[in-house]
Amino acid sequence: MTSNTFSVETENLTRKFGSFTAVDSVTFRVKPGEIFGFLGANGAGKTTTIRMLCGLLLPTTGDARVAGLNVYTDSEGIKQRIGYMSQKFSLYEDLTVRENVQFYGGVYGLNRRAIKTRTEELLTYLQLQDKADALTRELPLGWKQKMALSSAMLHDPPIIFLDEPTSGVDPASRRDFWLLIYQLAAEGKTVFVTTHFMDEAEYCHRLSIMRDGKIVELDSPEALKQQYNAVSMQDVFLKVVDRGAHE
Amino acid sequence: MIPIQINHLKKAFAGTQAVNDISFAVHQGEIFGLIGPDGAGKTTTIRILVSLLTADAGQVLFKGRAVHKNMAFVRSQIGYMPQRFSLYQDLSVEENMHFFGDLFKVTRYEQKERMQRLFSFSNLEPFRKRRAAALSGGMKQKLALSCMLMHDPEVVVLDEPTYGVDPVSRNEFWNILKMLSEQGTSILVTTAYMDEAELCNRVGLIFKGRLLAHDEPQKLTNHFDHPLYLIDSDQSNKLYDALQQTPFAGDCHLFGEGIHLTDRQKRGMHAVRTILDEQKIDYRSIKPITPDMEDLFLELMQDAKN
Repeated sequence: MTSNTFSVETENLTRKFGSFTAVDSVTFRVKPGEIFGFLGANGAGKTTTIRMLCGLLLPTTGDARVAGLNVYTDSEGIKQRIGYMSQKFSLYEDLTVRENVQFYGGVYGLNRRAIKTRTEELLTYLQLQDKADALTRELPLGWKQKMALSSAMLHDPPIIFLDEPTSGVDPASRRDFWLLIYQLAAEGKTVFVTTHFMDEAEYCHRLSIMRDGKIVELDSPEALKQQYNAVSMQDVFLKVVDRGAHE
Repeated sequence: MIPIQINHLKKAFAGTQAVNDISFAVHQGEIFGLIGPDGAGKTTTIRILVSLLTADAGQVLFKGRAVHKNMAFVRSQIGYMPQRFSLYQDLSVEENMHFFGDLFKVTRYEQKERMQRLFSFSNLEPFRKRRAAALSGGMKQKLALSCMLMHDPEVVVLDEPTYGVDPVSRNEFWNILKMLSEQGTSILVTTAYMDEAELCNRVGLIFKGRLLAHDEPQKLTNHFDHPLYLIDSDQSNKLYDALQQTPFAGDCHLFGEGIHLTDRQKRGMHAVRTILDEQKIDYRSIKPITPDMEDLFLELMQDAKN
């Protein structure tokens, strides 16, 4: 495998749990600056794949490199070079916005000065300065979500994993969040997203659809819609999964 | 008797008006969807309806009776599936169903019959011996629904049953709700997914404690009374940014397929196109479209702010 040109590359990546193959020989490459959507039914293998790429779970066989680092030998290095945010983000409700962001700086092992600088940079970038001293619990969900993202990015990672980042957020905040994702991608960050909003899936540059542990489709939303003669990604998704049921 | 009737309901928590003067009714055999983001007031409304919370003001009637004075009646007659429904993870599918049947004092003979009928809806029969913990997310939701239907309630209340469930399982879940309503069950369901609106007979759009509008989905989108255009381009986000420098800033929204532009001044498509060309906006095509529920919700949110 060549490295450095791709942010994430996998080759025949496989993970078994006993006799069950959760991820079955998955191969793909993601470039820096790409927004890569990860779709699939519950239980299709998305989470297991992401856990391997985040250095949280070792593969059974196959290879994967994240930010040029090998998932078998350098899981600690990988954790320093990725940011991870999920819908079930854990923020401390009794801390202020600034305190929460600073806390995560400590978690990532940044020194005092770096934490201070990065915190102010991020609060400005995310337009959260007005809310910096408000208690987290008093924030609307859309703001908490931006905050969770800033915590995940405190150590300036080149790759960000977003696991259903917009569930339950109002339609206007969802759009703000996506504009932010586009901006990050334009700056060269690689963004990995899982979502159950098929409308949102169309915001991604490329989409992979997993079924029974395998990647069964990987292309741009446009191309997939054309291929399946579908008007929407919802339509594509239903057709892909339905095809699986009849195989 | 109207199954559910809510009039001018209000509820505050520590200074936050969670529910602010909400009124709607759910009629016999219909699916009423209460649609809005987290924190809109959906769960508070539901918890008051099922008698778990008391209202500050307003009237909540279940089959014509005030819920706070008829708690036992409400709880025995209603099928309520809360947001985090607790199945017994160590019990099998059928053991879970029996447990809820026994809880509502349904005879084992009736339970057997009902289970067969529920299996025909849910397709869970092949998994009847499987532990709940080993089911997929979509199957767990179907099992939770089945448990709640073991006492055969005429009125069913579901709080975000499709949260975090993939599109295929969501589709299946809604088909079950449709079958139930066709058999006469009255259903109140909440969701944050706007695209589920069209699966309801009527919907209420809720935001920040207020009901912004309620009607049949088709009639609701007619409330959107401006022309709407879809502008398509290679990069929607760049197009969106460019449009912020035009007279249409604030009237554009990002969608998967492109940008939706609301023609608030009713200039007409030709005039809009002329402005886009004058401003040297790079785009592929523009065409009129009919608004969907998300367009309406964005519009109503903006109105609510002004």
